[in-house]
Amino acid sequence: MRPVTTIEGQMAPLPRANVDTDQIIPKQFLKRVERSGFGPFLFYDWAVDPEGELIEDFVTNRPEYVSAVVLVSGPNFGSGSSREHAPWSLEDWGFKAIIAPSFADIFLNNCYKIGLLAIVLDTATVDRLTEIAQDPQNRIAINLENQTVIAGDVSVSFDIDPFVKHCLLNGLDTIALTMQHEDDIATYEGGRLTHRPTVC
Amino acid sequence: MTGARTLFEKVWDDHVVRRVDGEPDLLYIDLHLVHEVTSPQAFEALRMSGRGVRRPDLTLATIDHGVPTIGREFGIQDPLSKKQIETLITNCNDSTITLLDIDDPRSGIVHVVGPEQGVTQPGMTIVCGDSHTSTHGAFGALAFGIGTSEVEHVLATQTLPQAKPKSMAVTVDGDLPTGVTAKDIILAIIAEIGVDGGVGYVIEYRGSAIEALSMEGRMTICNMSIEAGARAGLIGPDHKTYAYVKDRPRAPRGAAWDEAVAYWSTLPTDPAATFDREVTIDPATLVPYVSWGTNPAQTLPVTGSVPSPDDFENALDKDSTRRALEYMGLTAGTPITEIVIDRVFLGSCTNGRIEDLRAAAAVLKGHTVADGVHAMVVPGSGLVKLQAEEEGLDTIFLDAGFEWRDAGCSMCLAMNPDVLSPGERCASTSNRNFEGRQGRDGRTHLVSPAMAAAAAVKGHFVNVAQWDLK
Repeated sequence: MRPVTTIEGQMAPLPRANVDTDQIIPKQFLKRVERSGFGPFLFYDWAVDPEGELIEDFVTNRPEYVSAVVLVSGPNFGSGSSREHAPWSLEDWGFKAIIAPSFADIFLNNCYKIGLLAIVLDTATVDRLTEIAQDPQNRIAINLENQTVIAGDVSVSFDIDPFVKHCLLNGLDTIALTMQHEDDIATYEGGRLTHRPTVC
Repeated sequence: MTGARTLFEKVWDDHVVRRVDGEPDLLYIDLHLVHEVTSPQAFEALRMSGRGVRRPDLTLATIDHGVPTIGREFGIQDPLSKKQIETLITNCNDSTITLLDIDDPRSGIVHVVGPEQGVTQPGMTIVCGDSHTSTHGAFGALAFGIGTSEVEHVLATQTLPQAKPKSMAVTVDGDLPTGVTAKDIILAIIAEIGVDGGVGYVIEYRGSAIEALSMEGRMTICNMSIEAGARAGLIGPDHKTYAYVKDRPRAPRGAAWDEAVAYWSTLPTDPAATFDREVTIDPATLVPYVSWGTNPAQTLPVTGSVPSPDDFENALDKDSTRRALEYMGLTAGTPITEIVIDRVFLGSCTNGRIEDLRAAAAVLKGHTVADGVHAMVVPGSGLVKLQAEEEGLDTIFLDAGFEWRDAGCSMCLAMNPDVLSPGERCASTSNRNFEGRQGRDGRTHLVSPAMAAAAAVKGHFVNVAQWDLK
């Protein structure tokens, strides 16, 4: 995972509540066995009409937002299915951070695992960022070390779990971290209850 | 000395491999369920990093999301699904992971198969790259959905670092009115706490109405915990839990069984334990539920009418109601019982078990599907299908005009050929009514199996509480 330190650039507004992972990437694109290339299918049913034509006024199709790096959306973003294809498609499209009043638990974990920064801000601040994002000329600056978000007249700090922050700042491989504790895992396994099932 | 603890805390504490300040607990995972859609990238990443699968003996794979439910003898026609399934088979062979292949009668939806095979037991930690893993919480296990990076983590280490969620008790005490099922209870709970009411929590369902449910009903409840945003849902194990597990293929036997039951009996929440949040639902007020919108909290009693955006105060709620009505093709004020359906889907990890099929068959007996309604049953597993056929349920469904399909996830998420056409309206026993969930521009109404069967007969929603069972 690449380290995450600062993110600067354009915001794209998507002021909707409960944007679920079925909307972020519909099921027909989950059949691929590859890890990359999901960007063109992001928000597919909102971005592309049934005849395959781009819906021009949808935010990710608007030319003025083509280089956006931060998505600003509504509460409970990423609800529903556990599909990691959702953060993969956001990342592949070009987003480096998502700002919302709240996120679904599994989606949040999935974002952190791939270095996509999900930031929770209060509803009033998110509403203000959504307004600021209406002018594509406006920029946002996120600093993970200092935990700050600055855009227009918004200058706020955000909370993040210190361990998640440490992993993101250093681009850590969490599997390698866990493998350093092999002795603990082996000790635990040695003491497991004997009636626990195996599958074969 | 340990103080009074909840079921969730006991299971959590029993699985902590490593605990240090400032880091998430490292939890041991007793069972890792794997399917074809969320695993290929995890196996590929393991290969690229030169890592292996630590405990194939604690890993069980099934093929469920992409399988056709009809015409399997002709093979899988969709080349992408075919490749995805072949990839899982290769990965399992290479890693010596047990796979229940499509032609194995024990195969089916991963959350139906685990309990059936007895690998789901009380007090375990269970994960799967699937949000409905919460189903297994019905046994008093801590079971939750994970993403593909976490699937890779569990394959490599059989552990998962996890921040400990908060605890919530949802108590449903009292008798259930006629026609009200586990599905209606969980839809009512989601309506009460909201689609994000459970975010950051593990829910324990308690009370006499929960205890009175069968294991199938308890699985329906826990299955939809994620639809309220909860990390997991669980129910204290009791004699019904033990009876369900006993003598299943992977259940403990002999002295090990006695040891297991002795341990399981220590798991229920201590009387003095407290929860971070407590919610109470009065079952006496419940009637069968029907969803009208595009998230699982947008539901109403079947006796209600479609709401208006003006019924809501907050701007986002007004907007999501307006969007939902537009997508669903519904007009505010329409009685739920006047909503006419085109399709009926009976199945899924929520309601594809034998009890669900029995409940629907009891309603259908002696009736036929309304003209213009296309109805199908997709059993949750090959074994559910065989059991139903032994009981003659298939004959009741076929005589009524239902299609009798092979097992799989099918039209719950429509990754296989079972898809709604644009504009089609479906009474579905599944778990999500999101836009496009059952097919682009398809319209999903979530209901119980009995409600789905009654709607199939009448061609519109009816209150199954008033059904004359033959």
